Amino acid sequence: MKGSLTRQNKHIASHIIMLVWVFIVVFPLWVLVINSFKTRLTIYENPFWIPKKWNFNNYVTVLRDGDFLTYFKNSLVVVVLSLVIVTLVSSLAGYALASWKSRYSTIFYFLFISGMMLPIKIASIRLLEITRALGLLNTIWSLPPIYVAMGIPVGVFILTTFIREIPKSLMEAAYIDGASSFKIYHMIILPLIRPALATVSIYNLIPFWNDLWFPLIFINTEDQKTLLLGVTRLFGQYQTDWSKVLAVLTLSAIPVLALYLTMSQQFIQGVTAGAVKG
Amino acid sequence: MSKTKHTLQKKQQWRWFLYLMPALLFYVLFMAYPMLDSLRLSLYTGNSPHTRSFVGLGNFSKLFSDPTISERYWGAFFNTWYFFLIHLIFQNALGIIFAVILTNETMKGRQLYQTIIFIPTTFAVLVTGYLWKLILNPVWSGDFFVSIGLPFLKHPWLGDTKTALTCVALVSCWQWMGIPTMMFVAALRNISEEVLEAARMEGAGFFRLFFSIKLPLIKPVVGIIAVLTFVNNFNAFDIVFAMENVNGAPGYSTDLIGTLFYRYGIAGQHPIGIPDAGLGAAIATITFLVLLVGVIPTLKRTQGGQ
Repeated sequence: MKGSLTRQNKHIASHIIMLVWVFIVVFPLWVLVINSFKTRLTIYENPFWIPKKWNFNNYVTVLRDGDFLTYFKNSLVVVVLSLVIVTLVSSLAGYALASWKSRYSTIFYFLFISGMMLPIKIASIRLLEITRALGLLNTIWSLPPIYVAMGIPVGVFILTTFIREIPKSLMEAAYIDGASSFKIYHMIILPLIRPALATVSIYNLIPFWNDLWFPLIFINTEDQKTLLLGVTRLFGQYQTDWSKVLAVLTLSAIPVLALYLTMSQQFIQGVTAGAVKG
Repeated sequence: MSKTKHTLQKKQQWRWFLYLMPALLFYVLFMAYPMLDSLRLSLYTGNSPHTRSFVGLGNFSKLFSDPTISERYWGAFFNTWYFFLIHLIFQNALGIIFAVILTNETMKGRQLYQTIIFIPTTFAVLVTGYLWKLILNPVWSGDFFVSIGLPFLKHPWLGDTKTALTCVALVSCWQWMGIPTMMFVAALRNISEEVLEAARMEGAGFFRLFFSIKLPLIKPVVGIIAVLTFVNNFNAFDIVFAMENVNGAPGYSTDLIGTLFYRYGIAGQHPIGIPDAGLGAAIATITFLVLLVGVIPTLKRTQGGQ
């Protein structure tokens, strides 16, 4: 009896700690959303409470000003393209590294993995020159190659580990039946590694979508800007009108947030996957 | 059978290399090579590949002997360490507490708490930064704090050189809290129930169980979190860019290595606006060495045996 009572008390303390943190997390989001429905002046009236009169004009203005949609489209193209390439090349490499029993295979594996601890920003100055030399500066096409390179270390790590766990007998049976190695990859490996491909995509989605650094140093042309770089421009443009700024911030956060809320468990697993070593 | 298998392997050798090619191409061309070549660039001066000339350690001596540049560098260097230490203390302390709570099987609502804790992690640092910049603005929120009887909260948090860096660091902690928490949760779940049960049979209480069994077993995770935070913070840029500006206002008190690198190596210093690629590469090279010296021993010490 006494035991269960102390246990209950412990839970009360736990709930209090969690609720305090939940408040600290949710409060700024509440501030963000309610104030985006105010106006330039009413935003100063009751900073942390709902508007007296809901104003939808901020959203209308931002969405009508075509730039926001251009930025959004650019980000979508860059992120989707980068994710497709990163999962494709990492799965090919993972297949090779898991099947190829050789000294070289180990060397290549460690070459890829070492990228997990190296921040690519260190290479920015040289990357800027390479991008310029390739004629990609000031276009959205300057971004996917770098994002793909950023995503490969964790992609190769997750996929190689995953493919190693597929029973060898499956591939050998197919080989004896005369299937080529590519056919094995295409018909057997790819369908089996779908969950791992999803993990790799989720892991990379947030850094790709939320990257500011590379767009900032590569892109200066208005119609080529990504969503976040565009947000910095709109921030400058609406500086005197915080309610519009907040509408821009809300709109830019919604896509990833919506994805997260629909599949939060996979997200949490995916984002922490790269860090948890076997 | 074994003979056919052998020739099969031989024949495959080059084929496997073909499978590696696409990933290698991207990885080498856009990561490994530019990174290593940036180290080389630190020994050169000139902004265009055509006019570049060798200066030996000239960039490094400029970085450490030019009065203005060296003052900025050391300022940013120590700010970055302070920024890192706040993360380390905050994330590990709160992360472990949250994780212990979230792995308590008999508690209700754990999934919901988990989901909420992780929300800020899905936000762009830029969005978080702009949002908190508004909340911490005394002109906007100050009167409200006074009206609820908390007048000490009306303070130019981001404009005061004493509080600015701490505030920026805490906002960054707010954003990333979900990751260390979930990594600790994963580590605690991996501890076998038998070990815990055995300890309970011996009469170990909650705190004893935590300090003698759980904590030693999650030490590798503390190491990984330390390394990840270390690497990320030596490159932090967005949060200062959003909340202050690339100069690390006020009075360079929030200047980090990331913002310093941007100003010297990429954008160019105000008012000249001409970047110094060699100097930038020198800053990057030192960061690279600091990371190497910091990361490898930490991993060795905490990941013992793996």
